[in-house]
Amino acid sequence: MKDNSHIIEVENLYMYFPVTAGVFQKRIADVKAVDGMSFYIKKGETLGLVGESGCGKTTTGRCILQLYEGIKGNVFFEGVNLANLKKEQMRKMRRNMQLIFQDPYASLDPRMTAGDIIGEPIKVHNLARGKEYQEQVEELFRMVELEPYMAGRYPHEFSGGQRQRIGIARALAVRPKFVVCDEPVSALDVSIQAQIIILLEKLREEMGLTYLFIAHDLSVVRNISDRVAVMYLGKIVEITASDELYANPLHPYTIALLSAVPIPDPKVDRTRKRIILKGDVPSPINPPKGCRFNPRCQMAIDICREKEPELKLVGEEHWVSCHLVKASPVKNTISP
Amino acid sequence: MATAVKSETVLEIKNLCTYFYTQEGELKAVDGLSYNVNKGESVGLVGESACGKSVSALSIMRLIPYPPGIIVGGEIFFQGKDLMKATESEMRHIRGNRIAMVFQEPTTSLNPVLTVRRQISEALELHRGMDKNESLSETIRLLKLVGIPDSEKRANDYPFQFSGGMQQRIMIAMALSCNPALLICDEPTTSLDVTVQAQLLEIIDDLRARFGTSVITITHNLGIVARYVDRVNVMYAGKMVETAPTEDLYANPCHPYTIGLLSSVPRLDVSKKKSLRMIKGLPPNLAHLPGGCSFHPRCDYAMPKCKEEYPPLEKVGDNHYRACWAELSKLKRQ
Repeated sequence: MKDNSHIIEVENLYMYFPVTAGVFQKRIADVKAVDGMSFYIKKGETLGLVGESGCGKTTTGRCILQLYEGIKGNVFFEGVNLANLKKEQMRKMRRNMQLIFQDPYASLDPRMTAGDIIGEPIKVHNLARGKEYQEQVEELFRMVELEPYMAGRYPHEFSGGQRQRIGIARALAVRPKFVVCDEPVSALDVSIQAQIIILLEKLREEMGLTYLFIAHDLSVVRNISDRVAVMYLGKIVEITASDELYANPLHPYTIALLSAVPIPDPKVDRTRKRIILKGDVPSPINPPKGCRFNPRCQMAIDICREKEPELKLVGEEHWVSCHLVKASPVKNTISP
Repeated sequence: MATAVKSETVLEIKNLCTYFYTQEGELKAVDGLSYNVNKGESVGLVGESACGKSVSALSIMRLIPYPPGIIVGGEIFFQGKDLMKATESEMRHIRGNRIAMVFQEPTTSLNPVLTVRRQISEALELHRGMDKNESLSETIRLLKLVGIPDSEKRANDYPFQFSGGMQQRIMIAMALSCNPALLICDEPTTSLDVTVQAQLLEIIDDLRARFGTSVITITHNLGIVARYVDRVNVMYAGKMVETAPTEDLYANPCHPYTIGLLSSVPRLDVSKKKSLRMIKGLPPNLAHLPGGCSFHPRCDYAMPKCKEEYPPLEKVGDNHYRACWAELSKLKRQ
């Protein structure tokens, strides 16, 4: 069952958050943030996870790191099932898997110096002391292209891009194998975004990291990912190699999403056909019956309103969950 | 002066300077900005945070908070009228009526304790002198125009009952309520999903075509600019560094900052193998701007002259100007 080239395997992952009401906080419904996801991440690759806000991208990332109570389903890290680990075992395991947050302003403790923030994971996991500790912290500063003399400064003294570098150094302090990057560049300026993307890519090569890269910006994801998974309302609708997804998208949602992304070149952009999706993402408390995308889908037929489609293999490492796509590699069966 | 303005020019900004006086010293948020907007034209104002894009828009509306901010110089002609000389009551007649603005964050720009209907009809009653019944039917018409389903019922809802994209539609409906001659959109889609972004940009562009409204779009996203804008003004540290018709700017950028900005944007149609290029360093602190050209510490083409003297805007093509000392033939594009 377990493939050695996969660092992470996720099987039937579910995460429901209760909606309560009344004096006794009775559970009246569930927010189905992650609703049956299965996928794998290969060693050394970057898997991009894209989708609109509220589709469960961040929750998926945090479920893999086991940061919630009440996760259903299995997450295997190098063949070890994290769901079966005891708290203390899990704490040790976390050394191998770290998280880079979206908001560089909210994710750093304003009362700690940059040096203490970056060094804290080393202390928590008891990896080094004294002179060795100092050396490691300095090394981390250099790794993210900050100067070690900045160690005594507080977060407010840094710019957004520099803070994100501190966040990256903190995540890498314990030499993890796997890092979840949760929208690491969406709060930054364009020129700084490029700097951080280039830095992340450099670190991945140098340290042999594997990334799960969560973002809503498909251009950024295309640039950094080897494979991309597209999410809609708690489920994966399409997953394949990055170049394949952009060249040959099959799910109507992926096609619409790609067509909505502007390309910074008027000659190219003005000739593209744009599919404008109607309405908003439905509530994850009460997802639509059948295929979750059917109320917004231009191609929806009767079966889409009745039966939920399964993820099926349609090409080399190309899975799609849509009734209209045949389970064989047929090119552009439903492209616009 | 006013008569010199061409009839088709809706807005003319000449040498606008807006400074802020803070503990750190004098911040030249906008420093000698000049540009025109014609009737029905869509102009993009592009740059990174703190380059003076939003401050220049707020200066047009005369909404700079004083203290610490003050418009220290320059002229702004709107339909031939000098806004710098207008009284506050004249300005109040222009704001929201002739010039309307859509802000970045709809959640904080709408009043949370008033229904959507109250907020839109306020402008209709104030500027267009409608009575209650007229303003109600006009409000519903506007909400339909921007694509809010079930608008009769939803007009009575409060802003929090709408999603971010819907709230931004309400902002657009409000901005259009008095048929403004000029619509300023300050990062209209920045906090929204791409699918919603596309919906809203289509709405704004459609309205521009139908009513001949001039639009200024402030953004850091060069992708948005490519499709919907006729002319792009690139700003850096309070100054305009390059201005050109959109197609020309993308095909033939002539300022090192514009070139850097274009090559640091990840593109959907370029695969992973082609790596991004970046602009080194950080955007400058406005209180401690480097001497000469503000971009020189980050520029690959910096020469001794760049540290001493700020380059003037020079013509490099049809309607295409840039402020740079570097020789055109030496710039590497892409």
